[in-house]
Amino acid sequence: MKPELLKRMVKGPDGVEFEVEPMRDYYCDAPPTVQHGAYIKIVEDFFNWARAESLWILGFGTGCGAIEMRPLMTPRFDAYRYGIQWRPTPRQANLLVISGYLSTKTLKRAIRAYEQMQSPKYVVGLGSCTINGGMYWDSYNTIKCLDQYMPVDLYITGCMPRPEALLAGFEDLKKLIRAGKAEGANQYAERFDWYKANQKQVIHDWDMPDYNW
Amino acid sequence: MDFEWIKIPYALLTLFIVVNFGMLLGAFIQKIGARVGRRHGIPIWQNYADLIKNFGLRTSITHGVMFYLGPVFRLTGGIGLLLFVPTIYGSEMFSNLSFSGDLILALYFVFFGTLGMALGAGESGHPHAAIGISRGLSQVSMAELPFALAVFAVALQYQTLSVTDIVAAQQGGIANWTLFTNPVAVAAAMLGFLGSMMRPPFDVVIAPQEIPIGPPTEYHSSYLALMQTNRAIFPIAKIVIYMNLFFGGAASWPVFFLKVFLIYMVSVIVGVVFPRFRVEQSIRWFLVWAVPLGVLSIVLV
Repeated sequence: MKPELLKRMVKGPDGVEFEVEPMRDYYCDAPPTVQHGAYIKIVEDFFNWARAESLWILGFGTGCGAIEMRPLMTPRFDAYRYGIQWRPTPRQANLLVISGYLSTKTLKRAIRAYEQMQSPKYVVGLGSCTINGGMYWDSYNTIKCLDQYMPVDLYITGCMPRPEALLAGFEDLKKLIRAGKAEGANQYAERFDWYKANQKQVIHDWDMPDYNW
Repeated sequence: MDFEWIKIPYALLTLFIVVNFGMLLGAFIQKIGARVGRRHGIPIWQNYADLIKNFGLRTSITHGVMFYLGPVFRLTGGIGLLLFVPTIYGSEMFSNLSFSGDLILALYFVFFGTLGMALGAGESGHPHAAIGISRGLSQVSMAELPFALAVFAVALQYQTLSVTDIVAAQQGGIANWTLFTNPVAVAAAMLGFLGSMMRPPFDVVIAPQEIPIGPPTEYHSSYLALMQTNRAIFPIAKIVIYMNLFFGGAASWPVFFLKVFLIYMVSVIVGVVFPRFRVEQSIRWFLVWAVPLGVLSIVLV
């Protein structure tokens, strides 16, 4: 644990001493709960349609696959046509694209970003690195199978997948969402202990609360 | 003065028309911007899907009472601005709550949403939100200065503080518009207009590429949906004021739609041509170009 994360007494500018506990003051460590959709089916279907037509991707690139997302924003492929937009903050995004290999150091950030997103949220694994490690299959500091650390709704294969493949993949994700099958956030809540155990197995300097929304 | 209850459904009808017009116009403007960049841009119904999606999110978190109230204040600012000025001139149905001193109230409401947003985003505790707020407030204040000066010039010119009277004085042909009777004031106000529409070159406050997205960094789900609704209403409400003060108002809905679109296009054309200003550059720009025009317009009247 880093010294700045320990519980300690701090003297404020006005001379008053107070206690600071960064791990509790700045985060909430309440575990996620399973969230049910609307009880009326037609309402939930309507919401699912809207969720599918308005995919907001978190602008967060982890590996070389991030470079395949840039052509999607520009005139050649123009993903905005399909209701796919990029948001700079995890609070507003609902699709996390893990774009390529994920080092254990980046995994920590990816988990924090994922947990700050609001349910329902989706994860797409991009390229073979997220499926079986790809060309980094024997690397000592990348994860091999993304499925074990966060619930993945869809993989897009290739090394690298072309922007066309990404567009096709997003269309498939839309079908999953419309069918109500993309419930990754609930899966994460149900198997929370299993995911946390897997995450802690590879992240050795775990200096954050178990759940930090 | 007795209150007429029929005004409530009339006001709701105005609101309904303006919200839908604002959503479609916003998407249409974005499409125009995309076409300039040789893209197709978002579908025309995209704003509705985004809005429903955000209302339909299952979880949301709060940072405190002001975090709730921020978007509410913002929406109040937009709706208040819209309802206290006559939307359609000469129509009992769509004049809503306009009264003899409404010009001053409208000036206040332009600022009200920004202040509410400052309180709400401040409570979110995110450093990006705090930076965005300080940038936004300084820029909006600066853009407001030439507009306020122009409004005073117009009020002096027509010797009234009632928007309805100002519109009435401009009837009877294009030559009676303030645009032609007091061009200096209109020029100052239109420069201020560029600064308050949150489009380039003055959109550094909410630009996703800068300090990520500025004040609304922490806002999500229903909070964000409220702010999106306001983003549909507020530009229209602001343009309604400009239309009433400077461009002869509108006597029917088709004229209203056309004039609002054309006035909006002024900021869009400037936006797609010029690159983004930093905040200190835009403040200097307003001080050098817009404020002297505003002062001049008051002197000339």
